Amino acid sequence: MANGGSRGRRSGRARSGGTALAGPLRDVAGDAGHTGHPPRMGFFTDTSVCIGCKACEVACKEWNAVPGTGLGLTGMSYDNTGGLGADTWRHVAFVEQRKPLGGQETGAGHDGTDVFEAARRLGTDAASPGPGATAPTAAAAPPAAPAGEPPPAPDGRTELRWLMSSDVCKHCTHAACLDVCPTGSLFRTEFGTVVVQEDVCNGCGYCVPACPYGVIDQRAGDGRAWKCTLCYDRLGAGMEPACAKACPTDSIQFGPVDELRERARQRVARLHAAGVTEARLYGADEDDGVGGDGAFFLLLDEPEVYGLPPDPVVTTRDLPNMWRHAAAGALTLVALAAAGFAGARRSRP
Amino acid sequence: MSGPGDAGRGGGTDGTDGTDGAGGARAGRRRGARGEQPVVPRAEFREFSSYYGRPVLKRPTWQATDIAGYLWLGGLAGASSLAGAGAHATGRRQTARVLKSGAAGAISLSLAALVHDLGRPARFLNMLRVVKPTSPMNLGSWLLAGYAPLTFAAAASELSGRLARAGAAATASAAVLGPAVTTYTAVLLADTAVPSWHEGYRELPFVFAGSAATAAAGLGLLAAPCAVSGPMRRLAGAGAALEAVALRRMKRRMGLVAEPYERGSAGRLMRTAQTLGLGGAALALTAGRRSRAAAAVSGVALLTGSALLRFGVFHAGVASAEDPRYTVLPQRERMAARGDGTSGRSPAAGPGGAGGPGGGTGRRGAD
Repeated sequence: MANGGSRGRRSGRARSGGTALAGPLRDVAGDAGHTGHPPRMGFFTDTSVCIGCKACEVACKEWNAVPGTGLGLTGMSYDNTGGLGADTWRHVAFVEQRKPLGGQETGAGHDGTDVFEAARRLGTDAASPGPGATAPTAAAAPPAAPAGEPPPAPDGRTELRWLMSSDVCKHCTHAACLDVCPTGSLFRTEFGTVVVQEDVCNGCGYCVPACPYGVIDQRAGDGRAWKCTLCYDRLGAGMEPACAKACPTDSIQFGPVDELRERARQRVARLHAAGVTEARLYGADEDDGVGGDGAFFLLLDEPEVYGLPPDPVVTTRDLPNMWRHAAAGALTLVALAAAGFAGARRSRP
Repeated sequence: MSGPGDAGRGGGTDGTDGTDGAGGARAGRRRGARGEQPVVPRAEFREFSSYYGRPVLKRPTWQATDIAGYLWLGGLAGASSLAGAGAHATGRRQTARVLKSGAAGAISLSLAALVHDLGRPARFLNMLRVVKPTSPMNLGSWLLAGYAPLTFAAAASELSGRLARAGAAATASAAVLGPAVTTYTAVLLADTAVPSWHEGYRELPFVFAGSAATAAAGLGLLAAPCAVSGPMRRLAGAGAALEAVALRRMKRRMGLVAEPYERGSAGRLMRTAQTLGLGGAALALTAGRRSRAAAAVSGVALLTGSALLRFGVFHAGVASAEDPRYTVLPQRERMAARGDGTSGRSPAAGPGGAGGPGGGTGRRGAD
């Protein structure tokens, strides 16, 4: 039914496998009809160096004149923003976990030390010099604490780590919000990003439940749908998006997606070599359910810990099948009605 | 930290999902849900992580009265056009008159509800700015733009008795488009990331087709004497059976995300809808054959049941979007079925990627 049209419209464009509705897509902007366009631009958010300063949230609000969301306290962590939405286009997640950050043990755990016993032995041998001695001799230095997880304290408490991650619209290769938008308000830019045209959006809200990441939302009192534009206006002027510009640790990196993916793979390899074995990329795989994200992440735990879906799929991947089932359902209805009238005698009015 | 949320702790430390520590009403509600359990016990204690129990997906912004109401009225209109054409063709004038007027009235209310639900109602015509096969709402708008005038013409000709041939043509055309109007709304819901809508995309059109058939039959039963209502009674019976069977198959296939159809207000709506649908059809096929009053009662039951079904489906979807369990667990299952490790999404993550200090033991059943 409908998919035939969509295939026909999009056929012949550069594609490296998959269909128009799912799978890898080499030339995202070209598939949308752009010619002579710049390379696909995106974000690589390396959460391993995020310090949770929220400069990205502020810069985004300032540059894009996004309305405030009030001063509510969530009471769950230092995250009082809560999540992405119509008025939050960058959101810094704070996750508190009782485990050490890989590769960052100090090697100086004192959990096995009884300080009173140590004090009693002060000055009795060379390893415990009395007052006045400033340092042990080199030979008598205590051995380094064993690497690995330090034993828990008597109260069961172990290490604590904070995971911080600046979330943003993923600018999917196959964007469900764009696919389902009935007005053409959502469109693919020449940079391969996904942007809402606010002068066209009629606030139907279809994009909201379509997004597998829960990013886009309807703005209260305004009625239209809003989300990250990847600073389309700044990109057009050759500038980087406000959040990336403001990020003090380069946790948010902006650039051509191909370049960012390569950089991200190197970063993961380096982290793995340094013992941070839980580092993994999220959204960088173009074989995933959305054909890869234009804005992807390096995470230090499972995606759902950060509020991200572990295996998102663009809903329109199944649309041809949906139309087929709807057609079968419609024909079934016709059959029911026909059967109902078939046995009936012609009635005299 | 004494802070409440250890969102997503390592699997080994304790067996709970991230929502447990999320504090306040949320955690309380979760425990409450555990208390009222064993509807579908299989998933109750499955562990998963989340970000302080917050939903992954955005709740649909649609208003229940507008959109669930539209799903019902659109289905009623479409099936009424079809049944009205049947009544027209077999000379059941009274039934045809009510069904054609009903279709025109229902689709008018539908259009009003759809425009009312827009964030910018004045821009409703933007729906027809493009033709976009990937958007069920866009195709649906075009469908309604073609269908609604046909129902008006069919009803006007029927009621006024003028332009009989044009009226017959409009009746036939509306009967062709009516079934599409009835079942495309299932695609409208299923073409979202909402778990309990999307996962039902195979059966939902049949559920809606059956439900719409009962609604139109209910309207027809209200309209005409028992002597000429045989087709309406049979349509009611067949529609209720189709709805019940399709719904059953849908829930069986959906697994975990069928839960929202059985719980809370959505569960109550669905159960009441089923009772009214099957009960109304049974009444129509028995006492409704002779008693006009019984036929009228069954007609009201069928119309009400059909409406409640749409509200039930609507609210079940909303509930599934609001609980991260229904987003995360099925996706984890999908990954496990693919043989995807916990960090298998990343081509760069090594085989040890799942580990890390404190992790690697019993990690949420994903390996």
